[in-house]
Amino acid sequence: MTATAEPEVGRARRRKEDARLITGATRWTDNIQLAGMLHMAVLRSPVAHARITSVDVTAAVRMPGVLDVLTGSDLADEQGSLPCAWPITEDMLAPPAPSIAVDEVNFAGEAVALVIARTAYEAHDALAAIDVDYEDLPVVLDMAAAIEDGADLVHPDLGTNKSATWVFDSAEAGTGTDVDRAVASGEVVVERTFRQQRLIPAFMEPRSVVVDPTSDSATMWSSTQVPHVLRWMLSAVLGIPEHKLRVIAPDVGGGFGGKLQVTPEEVLTLLVARRLGKPVKWTESRTESMLCAHHGRDQVQRITLAARADGTVTGLKVDLLADMGAYLRLVSPGVPILGAFMFNAIYKFPAYRFTCTNVFTNKTPTDAYRGAGRPEATFAIERIMDELAAELGVDPLKLRQRNWIRHEDFPFTTVSGLTYDSGNYEAATARAVELFGYDALRAEQDERRANGDPVQLGIGISTYTEMCGLAPSRVLGALRYAAGGWEHAAIRMLPTGKVELVTGTSPHGQGHETAWSQIVADRLGVPFEDVEVLHGDTQVSHRGMDSYGSRSLAVGGTAVVLAADKVLAKARTVAAHLMECSADDVEFTSGTFSVRGTSTTMALGDVVVAAHVAHDLPDGVEPGLDAEATFDPTDFSYPHGTHLCATEVDTQTGRVRIRSYVCVDDVGKVVNPLIVEGQVHGGVAQGIAQALYEEAVHDEGGTLTTATLADYLVPSAVDLPWFTTDRTETPAESNPLGVKGVGEAGTIASTPAVVNAIVDAVRHMGVTDVEMPCTPMRVWKALQGRTAVTPATGGVHGSIDARGGAG
Amino acid sequence: MRITVTVDGVDYSDEVEPRTLLVHHLRERLGKTGTVVGCDTGNCGACTVHLDGHSVKSCAVLAVQANGREVTTVEGLARDGLLHPVQQAFHDNHALQCGFCTPGMIMQAIDLLADDPDPDEDAVRHGLEGNLCRCTGYQNVVRAVRDAARRMSPGAGPDVERVDERAVVERAPLHTGGGE
Repeated sequence: MTATAEPEVGRARRRKEDARLITGATRWTDNIQLAGMLHMAVLRSPVAHARITSVDVTAAVRMPGVLDVLTGSDLADEQGSLPCAWPITEDMLAPPAPSIAVDEVNFAGEAVALVIARTAYEAHDALAAIDVDYEDLPVVLDMAAAIEDGADLVHPDLGTNKSATWVFDSAEAGTGTDVDRAVASGEVVVERTFRQQRLIPAFMEPRSVVVDPTSDSATMWSSTQVPHVLRWMLSAVLGIPEHKLRVIAPDVGGGFGGKLQVTPEEVLTLLVARRLGKPVKWTESRTESMLCAHHGRDQVQRITLAARADGTVTGLKVDLLADMGAYLRLVSPGVPILGAFMFNAIYKFPAYRFTCTNVFTNKTPTDAYRGAGRPEATFAIERIMDELAAELGVDPLKLRQRNWIRHEDFPFTTVSGLTYDSGNYEAATARAVELFGYDALRAEQDERRANGDPVQLGIGISTYTEMCGLAPSRVLGALRYAAGGWEHAAIRMLPTGKVELVTGTSPHGQGHETAWSQIVADRLGVPFEDVEVLHGDTQVSHRGMDSYGSRSLAVGGTAVVLAADKVLAKARTVAAHLMECSADDVEFTSGTFSVRGTSTTMALGDVVVAAHVAHDLPDGVEPGLDAEATFDPTDFSYPHGTHLCATEVDTQTGRVRIRSYVCVDDVGKVVNPLIVEGQVHGGVAQGIAQALYEEAVHDEGGTLTTATLADYLVPSAVDLPWFTTDRTETPAESNPLGVKGVGEAGTIASTPAVVNAIVDAVRHMGVTDVEMPCTPMRVWKALQGRTAVTPATGGVHGSIDARGGAG
Repeated sequence: MRITVTVDGVDYSDEVEPRTLLVHHLRERLGKTGTVVGCDTGNCGACTVHLDGHSVKSCAVLAVQANGREVTTVEGLARDGLLHPVQQAFHDNHALQCGFCTPGMIMQAIDLLADDPDPDEDAVRHGLEGNLCRCTGYQNVVRAVRDAARRMSPGAGPDVERVDERAVVERAPLHTGGGE
């Protein structure tokens, strides 16, 4: 067996996945064609809140090629309620969540009827022939109004639009002091309200589901991030025996949290396929995706920061309203709670209180979107640190330095109760400042201000950390999350020396096939090419918690290491037996066992064969070297970094141009720098998109007016700058690879960097906030000093913060 | 109506509904699933193919409009087992993650390079403006297209085919902060 010439971990391997993706030899769910397969199309409610008084399908049933038309009442008895796995409080209110509306619709886009036809064209044709009568109900859209006494209700049965209120108080928890006292005695107190606009994950591959029902079992292909969770939940919701259900996530075209879900359409396709006894496919249009796949963000954040005159922060108070939309989906209620631990960020705040109220509205349900709670928290704290700096008249970088955890302080237990294992904020910041040319840009800013240049320069800072590597199962349990956070891996040592690695993670663009191969190659001393990574099929990979929350490498990668170590431990026993020595004398280097102090060697491949044929094994040793392992982390991992953004703001038009963007991230040890850099690029792009471009806008009737890619502004190549990236490397202590996770870092960090830069450019003109997305119109209005722009439903242009907007 | 379309060098003769979109004809009838559908408004460009050598969004072309014409998809680019230089450059520069936009992105990049064999960063960005990618932030796509231009330039010798795995590391120099 060939030994690897150099360590695979740390090497910029080109990806194995690419071969099929660049040639079109892909396996997207929508590619699947099965004999006799039917197509399902979904009729969706055009109104946000109404009683369904009648559904007439007579004409639709007679349309050519139509096999069946089903309504909510046809499926009411079997559809159950879509699962919510995160009841954040004991008294959380959760309305039943039907996959298809039975007598009431609660958001525009909710499924109302299904057509099953021979072709997708015929199924869609028949949708137009279905006649639904709606009796309008009052539409609830604005969170603040929704929680007032006497407000119209989304779910009258609940008696309120509040789902739950979740509180963390550092004095009560014993992790800090009393925040009210800190605010009352603060020498400086800054209060701001920020709006986290509603976003749409907008993965490029529209969702698609194919179900093949065979006898008493069924196979589902779905464009999902979570095949294992999906199988479990479908079984629990529908009462289908779990062992009769196989879920496969084939090639999946992006997710960003948007495919971390148990969707109505997955339930419906399964029910319909079983009912008709034929394979059924459902593939959404882009507009369906924008309307019905869950949305993200959507919070109103009231932030109070108290400090001494020297800039030392003494207390932080956070009051959130979080929009759940019409129903609670898989982890909807927990998303803002993930942020609870991150508002204090990298800082040594002594007192902290976080209060979040989850609110129902007649909008598409919200759930995880890249960062899930942590971008919101990071935005708020990094924005208000800039506001405090402005209030005190100090450089925002110096204010951060005054308050952050110094590298010699690690491990550090924060005011929200987490213990950060490692980090070096000084190093990352110093490197970012150097790459950015901070001082020169500040000098240019002064010059432009002095000259009254119509194009002003701003510098935005974001020094972030995040918790990822989700998650220690015990912590999840304590937070009332219904599942664990472990991950599983299995290694199959094939008789020819090739290796199959089975992982419970479910990649959809992250490159696990490449990175996991690198880990195995290093650990076992086998060639990178000899490792095949299997994933995403519950029949092949029966145990897994899938991919989200920047967890795959820190948790799943560690499971790979542990499984490989088990293979080696057994191989060592077998090798010792065959080389007739004590296992203690056996050394293993680059795929070869040797007897210490002798020239006797045995390649791993030979041990594999010996273990496979089992002609001569030690007593009590089972044939084969296969091994599996499950890793449950003891703690989260805490990537961090410093992002610096320079924007040019045209004060005459409000147009913002990002002139330079520098990020220095510390994601611990790196398995593949090429993949890490790519994750940072994409993450930063999505964070910039929130700052400048994207917003899900509803009209006053609750209709989503940004339901196409012409209206919802996913940035193109011309809308984004060149990113300068670099890394510092402080290994994580919570896993043997020393890795921290990188999937969400860029998104978490970049949004406040951009908005801080915009505000910094025009602060001298009286602007203290610009609401996201910072469109030219919003920036221009802020510059005109128009604070009194009434926010329309769902927020349009202008600030809802009486103290923000245009100062 | 009956149409004959040459796709990736093979003639196909089929009866199609007049309203059938070219992309659906390619995917559903001809099995050319390398070309994908990402939206229904012509914004994302995932379905980009070449029609008589020029890029089109195949969701905005009717199958009947392709009658008697030649279509090239991402599946028809590799020759004798060798990747097209743009495909190779996408791989070498990590210009894809989930890969869903990639077929369209590659087809558009080839069209762009036919018009401008040596585009600067700005020209690449504008040339790809109609193709959305949600994963990469476009930076490595820009790198890949410029790298492909170099490989495809007249007189480019074997050296341009060489991939240096260290290049990416050197490009983003590692600075070790250390925790201790």
